[in-house]
Amino acid sequence: MAPFDTPTPSRRAFLTGAAGLVIGVALPLKGRAQSGAESVLGGAAGGETTFAPNAFIRISPDNLVTVLIKHIEFGQGPWTGLSTLVADEMDADWSQIRAEHAPADASLYANAAFGPIQGTGGSTAMAVSYELMRKAGAAARAMLIAAAAETWDVPASEIAISKGVLSHAASSRSGNFGEFAEAAATQTPPAEPTLKTPDQFVYIGKDVPKLDTGMKSTGEAVFTLDVYRDDMMTVVVEHPKKFGATVSSFDDAEARRVPRVKDIKQISSGVAVFAENTYAALKARKALRVEWNESGAERRSSDAIAQERQEKAKNRGAVAGENGSIDEGLNAATTTHEAEYVFPYLVHAPMEPLDAVIERHEDGGVEVWMGSQIQTGDQQAMAQVCGLEPAQVRINTMLAGGSFGRRAQPTSQFAQEAAEVFMAAGGQTPVKLMWTREDDIRGGFYRPLTVHRLRGGLDDAGDIVAWEQTIAGQSFLAGSAFEGLIQNGVDSTMVEGASVIPYAVPNFNTSVHIVNSPVTTLWWRSVGHTHTGYAVETFIDELLEKGGKDAVEGRLALMGDHQRLAGALQKAADMAGWGRAAPDGHAFGVAAVESFRSYVAQIAEVSIENGTPKVHNVWCAVDCGVAVNPEVIRAQMEGGIGYGLSAILFNELTLGDDGAVMQSNFHDYRSLRIGEMPAVSVEIIPSAEAPTGVGEPGVPPIGPAVANAVRRLTGETPRQLPMIKALQA
Amino acid sequence: MSTTFNVNDEEKTVDVDPDTPLLWVLRDDLRLTGTKFGCGIAQCGACTVHVNGQPRRSCVTPVSSIEGQNVTTIEGLSGPEADAVREAWAEFDTPQCGYCQSGQVMTATALLARNSKPSDEDIDNALNGNICRCATYVRIRKAVKAAGEAMEG
Repeated sequence: MAPFDTPTPSRRAFLTGAAGLVIGVALPLKGRAQSGAESVLGGAAGGETTFAPNAFIRISPDNLVTVLIKHIEFGQGPWTGLSTLVADEMDADWSQIRAEHAPADASLYANAAFGPIQGTGGSTAMAVSYELMRKAGAAARAMLIAAAAETWDVPASEIAISKGVLSHAASSRSGNFGEFAEAAATQTPPAEPTLKTPDQFVYIGKDVPKLDTGMKSTGEAVFTLDVYRDDMMTVVVEHPKKFGATVSSFDDAEARRVPRVKDIKQISSGVAVFAENTYAALKARKALRVEWNESGAERRSSDAIAQERQEKAKNRGAVAGENGSIDEGLNAATTTHEAEYVFPYLVHAPMEPLDAVIERHEDGGVEVWMGSQIQTGDQQAMAQVCGLEPAQVRINTMLAGGSFGRRAQPTSQFAQEAAEVFMAAGGQTPVKLMWTREDDIRGGFYRPLTVHRLRGGLDDAGDIVAWEQTIAGQSFLAGSAFEGLIQNGVDSTMVEGASVIPYAVPNFNTSVHIVNSPVTTLWWRSVGHTHTGYAVETFIDELLEKGGKDAVEGRLALMGDHQRLAGALQKAADMAGWGRAAPDGHAFGVAAVESFRSYVAQIAEVSIENGTPKVHNVWCAVDCGVAVNPEVIRAQMEGGIGYGLSAILFNELTLGDDGAVMQSNFHDYRSLRIGEMPAVSVEIIPSAEAPTGVGEPGVPPIGPAVANAVRRLTGETPRQLPMIKALQA
Repeated sequence: MSTTFNVNDEEKTVDVDPDTPLLWVLRDDLRLTGTKFGCGIAQCGACTVHVNGQPRRSCVTPVSSIEGQNVTTIEGLSGPEADAVREAWAEFDTPQCGYCQSGQVMTATALLARNSKPSDEDIDNALNGNICRCATYVRIRKAVKAAGEAMEG
């Protein structure tokens, strides 16, 4: 009994419907489970209907409205968020709304922020969907009304629609969406559907129950790891201990003696063990003896890598942002202040390690179940390995146990490995490739180790007259589909948050050195802002203090062009009662960071206990435009704070003297636990601006807010992260 | 070698390597996939089940060690504490990615069974072994408290 063969009753009920309204292209109403790929591509069954150029809504005769979500749901709320937009414009009843992932098809589901690529990241889901999904809902609404008008033979203008019910008062007739689904399917979609004005919103800005909460407290939510196919083999791969090493030779005699092991094969990334079940695969992998060729491997320690970058950062690099004359500004300053920061490699460590299931489809293509975050890239990578066209790789995007950037791989390395193990086993037997936590911690694609060097100058009045910032780190975009983000030696993901700062400084220069290594790196929740936010917000705090200025007032005075951030800062200050004395042994610290066009300010109340900062309270104000789902926004701020805090307090991934990773699991790469989570208050700034994302922007301010409080307690800003390293040294 | 035990009030016999962790028996053999793999070394709590009513990390529990015992997984979890926890989970929309939540719910339910009025500290202590990388901790705290209050009726 595989979970995929037993959808929940409610789902089964609507998926077996044979007719109904489909806004989109060729969407047969037959399918299963929580991904749309099966229903869209799964053969001829069901009533196929081709419609207008959006592919986001299905209405079945049993009155359920299914919204196809083009962004992966791994906790940041796109299922609920994008469905809210549709439900509002349709005037649907929230209880009739279901969500499922859209299939992998960039021609329909590309992320407008990424170009012709379907994917999720950069906190873009809501920003790129706000109009699109509302229009889809509004079009469906218009077609339902037209269908009712035709059926009842009354003018469309006399038909009202509310909570999923169409009604005509004069003739006392009413009907639900399901009843008109078939008739609506014959209507012409409006070219430019009329959108509601904000005063007409019924769900946007209010709170609706999240669509995935129920299934996630009963064990019914299906993740990739939960997919079992007939005769499926479980596969684990022995990877090299050092980045850039390759298999030289291996001895699998002992491993093959483990019962239920089926095969052992070399692939490009290591040695793959195929078994009938997970435990056999894990046991056999332990028994493998692999010799590695380390000639091209990173054999330096992370300390040595840091030193190289520290040296680089002593001189300016490629200019990322500039105004005035930095040299004149520094020369004219009466006081200068310098600081060097070392940010370690960080692991994303989502709760569900990477995994994928692949099987051969009867039409010769392959079907994939995977928490794919960049479907288009993963599809291409798998197609290449399998000798197929990308369209023959049908990805069922699965609910995933977190990502924080890890599943968005510009080089699709994991998708490639999954396809390789599938082909290595003959390309016919279904396989599940599973990474363990050790594979995850040691598997690379880390937040790059990054060094910042800052120099600031103050004049006699204590005003900041010069700001120089030099960054040295690794670029993970070179050679990927996102290479265009590197211009003139500047990788924008390395300098975002530092190439432009929210503070008016007359002489300003930020530059960057790209220093590469075989250690693989990747964007990590909030990307460049994970380090630029920390460096900028702790350094400005120190300069303001040296200039005799208050941390909040001083910031506000310099935020002329950044009024939305100033608004968030002022709100956070009001929430925390900034200016009041902290309780004994406690201190407050503040930080404000714009990231991904959202504006977040946080104030942390901190004490030091046993050499570790203890964060008691965090006050957080966020301006992300129209607040579509306020509770989702609050939850993302809370979660971003916890995620950022974990890293800033505890986390570093280090390489030993020989280049091998020193951590392996949650015992030595520890995660924030519930007892370390502060109380968090979140307020959302009312706004009529278009909505922007919240998945990442909660992260950047927490580190510097805590650091600024720590400086008030200890006199020192932690500059070698994580903080426990500096405080316990 | 075969092992027989009760899972969610049904007797099951599995013929597997006796060292096999209960987690993989539940998932691979019994297809009770609500119990999750997170670390394999009893650090994260995603694999939490109840053995004779007590929370247990199934990833480090050899199946041979539970011969004849009663295992409850998230799929079989029921009773007033479980109902109250799930209702509170919905009230606060607690899960984000959801992957750790089976373990959180199992642990929270066991806590409420022995202490229906937990303080924040009680909650933190009981749930400190359950990692949530999404850091839904603020809501977990509120939800466990609310569940306890709801049970008081």
